[in-house]
Amino acid sequence: MDRIPILKMGRFLLVTIQVDLYDRLATNLEADLVQAVSTTGARGVLIDISALTIVDSFMGRIIGNIGSMAKIMDAETVVVGIQPAVAITLIELGLELKGVHTALNVERGMQLLQEKIGPEDETTDDDSSTE
Amino acid sequence: MMIVVLNKDTINISREQDVVVFRNRVKESATKIRMGLVNQTKLITAASELVRNMLRYANGGIVTIEVVSRGRDNGIRLVFADEGPGIKDIPLAMKDGYSTGKSLGLGLPGTKRLVSEFDIKSVVGTGTTVTIIKWNNG
Repeated sequence: MDRIPILKMGRFLLVTIQVDLYDRLATNLEADLVQAVSTTGARGVLIDISALTIVDSFMGRIIGNIGSMAKIMDAETVVVGIQPAVAITLIELGLELKGVHTALNVERGMQLLQEKIGPEDETTDDDSSTE
Repeated sequence: MMIVVLNKDTINISREQDVVVFRNRVKESATKIRMGLVNQTKLITAASELVRNMLRYANGGIVTIEVVSRGRDNGIRLVFADEGPGIKDIPLAMKDGYSTGKSLGLGLPGTKRLVSEFDIKSVVGTGTTVTIIKWNNG
């Protein structure tokens, strides 16, 4: 079964989608990510879709779902790297990717997550005990 | 003006994985006629929506990919033909937000917005045929 790798980076989970998505792959990612948020106690999820040449309504919905699911598990989701043509198509299709934050690239996405979640200091002790 | 078919190719869709292959074929055809990136993306996204409908509601079907021209304009025509249950009420199915499945109901109306020409014919119990055209400059 094909799966998209999920990397843990400090308090965040990092997903870089490098292959064309089909529906099963997207739903697997959704389930894996939510599970990973639970097991790692991650506070943020960063999804890089810069390699995706198309995002249709199903994939858009999965991305939105991931954001909503992570949210109720106390994690913020940022989607980065949306190609201009994909952005145009998504809006014309009628999908606004509600429920997820977006940023232009990975660097800005990381910054946004840091801002959303706040300084690490207060939770350092809890973090080190869980990992 | 008459539409002339310059090239024709058919592809069977019976599994989810066929979708990726199919999208790549559409991309190849669109690249060949030098369709711009935004129009290519719209066409492939529309194609992806329609092929999912075909898989979900009719367990697959056959798609014809054609390079067409009308006057000086080139474009891609895609015909999605299935032998599924058909659509009872097409105007309703074309409304934003309507879905009999679990989707957002953006598929058909969203697809129509993304392409230059859109036609749907359906006979209940026999099947559905959707035809879309994306012109290079449209």
